[in-house]
Amino acid sequence: MPSAIVNKEIKHDDDVQNTQSVSETAFSNLKYLVVGILFGIVFLKAEIISWYRIQEMFRFQSFHMYGVIGSAVATGLISLLIIRKFNIKTISGESISVIPKVFDKGQIFGGLAFGLGWAITGACPGPLYAQIGSGYLAVIVTLLSAVAGTWFYGLIRNKLPH
Amino acid sequence: MDFIDLIRQPWPWYIAGPIIGLTVPALLILGNKSFGISSSLRHMCAAIIPSNIPFFKYDWKKESWNLVFVLGIAIGGFLGAQFLSDPNEIVIAESTKSDLQALGLTTFSGLMPSELFGTDHIFSLRGLIFLVLGGFLVGFGTRYAGGCTSGHSIMGLSNLQWPSLVATISFMVGGILMTNVLFPFIFKLIF
Repeated sequence: MPSAIVNKEIKHDDDVQNTQSVSETAFSNLKYLVVGILFGIVFLKAEIISWYRIQEMFRFQSFHMYGVIGSAVATGLISLLIIRKFNIKTISGESISVIPKVFDKGQIFGGLAFGLGWAITGACPGPLYAQIGSGYLAVIVTLLSAVAGTWFYGLIRNKLPH
Repeated sequence: MDFIDLIRQPWPWYIAGPIIGLTVPALLILGNKSFGISSSLRHMCAAIIPSNIPFFKYDWKKESWNLVFVLGIAIGGFLGAQFLSDPNEIVIAESTKSDLQALGLTTFSGLMPSELFGTDHIFSLRGLIFLVLGGFLVGFGTRYAGGCTSGHSIMGLSNLQWPSLVATISFMVGGILMTNVLFPFIFKLIF
């Protein structure tokens, strides 16, 4: 059975997330602002952006974060099954496509580095933005440093094992 | 208890998790966008400081939706804190609290301990470790791994991508290592 989700072959780059053929305008981008706002409120209200909650998680002392991530994955998984099964299109009528993840040693080495940082900051990149928005202004420093870390990765990328 | 009082309370995982999971189909249906947040950091590099580095030479404008999305997250954090904040103190596991107290932490209010993340600690060893070093590892690590909790753990696992499982396990190992092995040394330095 042909899948509605075409796993497009693109030269390995996990950051190509937009497979829509039509480009977005400043106005059409506003819908992502709305999704982001809702998302930020959920982050705050479920205390996912709390350093304490991340500590509970890494110490296996609360189910909260495991419940959040687990039920998010379950919901995403079922959603993708429904999209495939009923061949659901985008609102502009395109077939939905997701680029597959290709294995790379970076997922181990980079993953470990991110894990170390996640425990220190109590934040993955999404919560960083919500922490700043909710008034933890020192986290602006964390965000700038994260941009610097990303830039440094780009600089030395060819020298790292992949 | 009226509705506003109800939503002011901390939301349970079984409400928050499914809403976060619904971001996956929402972004796909709205415009064929795969959920993932850490790439926003790369787009900022590409937009502001590409510095002739090949990794930052691409059409970041095509991914500008991602920057709008993260701006929304910040606004959502602001709106939530302004209008829906919980009047009560955060309740964390007693065992976590006593573990952190044993490390020397004394503040347990708000979402983050002010003695680590307060603006008055930016230019101190605490700021250097918890803001600068932590942030650097988040930015470097997520890009090296090709994604973070959203791109790998939620989007990747939802799409049954095994490299995302490898990444997720690595995130957890790194975090457990920092929390249980390195924190005792770090907290001795700063308290």
